[in-house]
Amino acid sequence: MSLALQTFSSVKDANAALQAAGTRYLGGGTLVVRAANEGDVAVFNLIRVSDPALSQIAVSGGKVRLGASVTMAAIARHPELAALAPAARAVGGPAIRNMATVGGNLFAPAPYGDFAVALLALDATVVTQAGEVPIETFLADRDTSRAILTAVDIALPKAESFRFLKVSRVKPKGVSVLSIAALLELASDGTVTSARIALGCMADRPMRALAAEKALLGCKLTPQEIAPALTAASEGIAPITDPIASAWYRAEVLPVHLGRLLLD
Amino acid sequence: MAKVPVQFTLNGSEKAEFVESGTTLLNALRDKIGDTSPKGGCHQGTCGACSVIIDGELRLSCLTLAETCGGADVRTTAGLAEGGVLHPLQRAFLDAFATQCGFCTPGMIMAAKVLLDRTPNPSREDVVEALSGNICRCTGYEPIIQAVLLAARANSQNAA
Ligand SMILES: Cc1cc2nc3c(=O)[nH]c(=O)nc-3n(C[C@H](O)[C@H](O)[C@H](O)COP(=O)(O)OP(=O)(O)OC[C@H]3O[C@@H](n4cnc5c(N)ncnc54)[C@H](O)[C@@H]3O)c2cc1C
Ligand code: FES
Ligand code: FES
Repeated sequence: MSLALQTFSSVKDANAALQAAGTRYLGGGTLVVRAANEGDVAVFNLIRVSDPALSQIAVSGGKVRLGASVTMAAIARHPELAALAPAARAVGGPAIRNMATVGGNLFAPAPYGDFAVALLALDATVVTQAGEVPIETFLADRDTSRAILTAVDIALPKAESFRFLKVSRVKPKGVSVLSIAALLELASDGTVTSARIALGCMADRPMRALAAEKALLGCKLTPQEIAPALTAASEGIAPITDPIASAWYRAEVLPVHLGRLLLD
Repeated sequence: MAKVPVQFTLNGSEKAEFVESGTTLLNALRDKIGDTSPKGGCHQGTCGACSVIIDGELRLSCLTLAETCGGADVRTTAGLAEGGVLHPLQRAFLDAFATQCGFCTPGMIMAAKVLLDRTPNPSREDVVEALSGNICRCTGYEPIIQAVLLAARANSQNAA
């Protein structure tokens, strides 16, 4: 293995160094170091930033800022982030969760990126030195992104309006067959007044189920009324095929699991 | 490739080494420092055989660069026995036949140790969850789960 690591105290200096060929940012390393161990020579320089601000979680007035280096374990045990804990706990086993960062999860290709699926449903804002972008813009452009993510901002959901489901074959920590996150607002009579649904493993990165979101509006969460939304969920999907499941299988079971999530 | 200094405490004693930049903690421990208790099963984060405890948290040493451990408190299974007396977890793994080939054992014991340090009386589910990142191809897991529960009982009896 030939990797070299450089540590910077400021994001600004690190961003400049990151522009060099073969250079990547080192988050928890669960994907980049793994790739190097596997013989991937495309990346030979790693950059990290020692600024402790990147590892901070700030909660105030219903808003949350997660530093890009915050780990899944830190989210899972944070007393004010109970709504996010199921998604953070869905990532890997205990040791992976102690290492896996928010920033790295946003770059993780399917079948990984379970936490990013939750962030997409929550309409997160991704923060870099250059400014803030909506998570959808970030995800669309991430392959060419050469800027260090410093933080992710979300509005903390009410526990009852946010739902997350990861389906895996090995329990309790297998890789995703698929994951789904849904942010739902219901009127007092139980009809859906707003819906934001994100899917994992239904493309090479997290995507929204826009047609299903639209079909859910005005529905009550009953098997009859959600049926059109379950059918619509398959619109625009291009699931991955990997050793866990084929694209065909993933597409077949998506409506089943979305139904379970909505009727839960 | 440039060599870089790394310095940390390993099982309570100071270690300082020069390693090539980008060396994993697993390779530094095994090849430079001579602690072969963490095992390299996959170097992919999948098997857990390389698990160590860094500053009180379970980590995979195969995915951790040694340079990032400057000043850290690193613990491995090799440091558990005191004065020739096995740690209660090691004792329990023997008594419950939780070791066959033994390759997964040091990683299992590290994962179990962080669990028992925080949750002295774990449920079976707690144990399964704590060991969920560790693979064993020999035992079928049940004896390992029993060993961890046995060690927890032994600890609480000693405390009583
Ligand atoms: C055994 C195993 C099991 C896993 N299980 C799961 C799982 O169940 N669910 C899941 O979602 N993932 C899983 N993963 C994948 C991975 O651990 C997580 O996605 C994790 O969140 C990645 O974060 P990291 O900090 O380790 O990323 P790294 O490996 O450090 O980085 C990954 C990529 O993101 C870039 N990057 C990281 N941080 C930043 C930043 N702040 N700014 C700019 N670029 C950045 C890096 O340059 C690199 O290209 C698993 C991995 C392993 C090895
Ligand atoms: S060698 Fe580190 S997890 Fe397998
Ligand atoms: S005892 Fe052989 S792998 Fe667990």
